[in-house]
Amino acid sequence: MRLLQWMSLLLVAVAAPGVVLTRDPKPQVVTLSFYGLLCALMFFIFQAPDVALSQITIGAVMLPLMILLALTRMRRHNQQKQRKGSK
Amino acid sequence: MNLRARTTLFLVSAAALAVIFVLAFLDLPPMGDYRGPYGYVVTQVAVYERHATDVVNAINYDYRAFDTLGEEFILFAAVLGVLLLFRPDDKKGHKRNSNAQEQDELPVSDALRISTQAIMGLMIVFGFYIATHGQLTPGSGFQGGVILASAPILLYLAGNVGAFEKITSSALVKVAECGGAGGYAIIGISALLAGTHFLTNFVPLGTTGDLFSSGTIAVISVCVGVEVTGGFVQLTQIYLRKIVEAELRKKS
Repeated sequence: MRLLQWMSLLLVAVAAPGVVLTRDPKPQVVTLSFYGLLCALMFFIFQAPDVALSQITIGAVMLPLMILLALTRMRRHNQQKQRKGSK
Repeated sequence: MNLRARTTLFLVSAAALAVIFVLAFLDLPPMGDYRGPYGYVVTQVAVYERHATDVVNAINYDYRAFDTLGEEFILFAAVLGVLLLFRPDDKKGHKRNSNAQEQDELPVSDALRISTQAIMGLMIVFGFYIATHGQLTPGSGFQGGVILASAPILLYLAGNVGAFEKITSSALVKVAECGGAGGYAIIGISALLAGTHFLTNFVPLGTTGDLFSSGTIAVISVCVGVEVTGGFVQLTQIYLRKIVEAELRKKS
């Protein structure tokens, strides 16, 4: 059990800089989602299934989704601006 | 300040922080060490006092239900803020309603369409299960609500934009959000009417382990589930609205 706990902590510690070092927003969303999943695994191993469930639904699904949607919205907004500018 | 000076400043302050951090870390209690009586007390008495086998939710929706009520309204206010910021112009709003009636099928691969629809059914059942079994097993209305709210997104992924628009823009979503948040407060107030304190668990507790047990814990959990579903569905709708509109217009 101890080994499992240390391994999950190590995974989270490795994944967190991975998220920061991904500079492009779109791949960063993917790494963020993966990091959220690892966090959920860590919570589960530390015997907090309630928190793990919240983490999966929010950290691994909803947060990346919201960021992706916001990025899409921003891209469309910029496209429309450019089109208006070229007219 | 040039780059060299900034780097030295960073290195010096980082080193100082590292020293303090290590000193603090050495003084930490060992892993799993819990200092304080409340955790032990609650795990001993919760099942006996509240007939809820998931002690986390007995705490969230009963022992500290007032805090959770505040958290609930944080989410409510956040969703409200996003809706306010992204409110549609009046003219566009009317056009959207007339367009929304049409069915839309975009070129999506059959594999994606079939698998998402199969998964969607499972997801809705799982969401309802999580939201209604909060008092028995891990998970509660909040988690169940988020799972339920992500089901319509699968419809959008499967290319069924018309159905997505029809579900997410229905007035029922708004009613769910407000009704869920208000329901929580009403449960609290009805405890006052029953002659006890605000948010007291005044309903008969039932048999431990039954679906209809634990008094108001289960009811509040379901209320929260309804509210969270409504809130997150509205969020996805508001973010995707422009894109959905464009796709529906392309089709018609």
